Amino acid sequence: MKEPFDNEMNLEFLSKSANEAFARITVAAFASQLDPTIEELADMKTAVSEAVTNCIIHGYENKIGIVKIHAKLYENEIVIEIADSGKGIANIEMAKEPLYTTKPNLERSGMGFTIMESFMDYVHVESIVDVGTKITMSKRIKREEMNSSTEISQMTSMP
Amino acid sequence: METKFYEKDKLLLFKITEEIDDHSVQKIRRRADYEMERFMPKRVVFDFDCVTFMDSAGIGFLVGRYKFANLIGAKLEVTNLTQSVRKIFEMSGILKLIPVTTVKEMTA
Repeated sequence: MKEPFDNEMNLEFLSKSANEAFARITVAAFASQLDPTIEELADMKTAVSEAVTNCIIHGYENKIGIVKIHAKLYENEIVIEIADSGKGIANIEMAKEPLYTTKPNLERSGMGFTIMESFMDYVHVESIVDVGTKITMSKRIKREEMNSSTEISQMTSMP
Repeated sequence: METKFYEKDKLLLFKITEEIDDHSVQKIRRRADYEMERFMPKRVVFDFDCVTFMDSAGIGFLVGRYKFANLIGAKLEVTNLTQSVRKIFEMSGILKLIPVTTVKEMTA
């Protein structure tokens, strides 16, 4: 049961590796509206970076294509979709295995999906070979109720 | 990335000052391998104190440098891991292979 979302954004860019930093910083700037902790923000940036890198290296195999990001903010949750129209993943379960990589010679660690799954609360992969791949992931932002109550107690304690 | 070579200890110190992702790591890798070949150190230390962002590209990078260091007969260590960098390295198990050293040990 989700409340209607509060905010939404779309981002499209060329699958150039220089855009990895652009993508994660943009999503983080958008997510900051939910007032996440530094650690929550760092987790999100890392997960976005992994997903975007996958689109560029594996989806498009360094050819030029479009990477699309669609993010929605709910009251205390962000949902991020990252999609490419590249070659797709033949075996998703295998791709998600820690240390599995199709490109070991290029110093790939095979930890991308493992990191996404441990840094986000939910990760879902949809892929069709030669059509593309879409990652949907979400993270709940644990709002600190304390902040507002401390403010109130500070205010009431004022003379 | 800043590089310092301590001739007496044959220690090559890299202070990484960039964010580490699949894009930036290519340049860092070229530079690190070049300097390692040039100085032929006995110890190589990567300092992560100024690394504000790192994704799994950092794991692949470190494994690669570990192999390269072995090849030239050097010992690889890391230092000043920030919380987020440590989290990613620990997930990969790579710290079982590569010791985390402190600055004190380094200058001793």
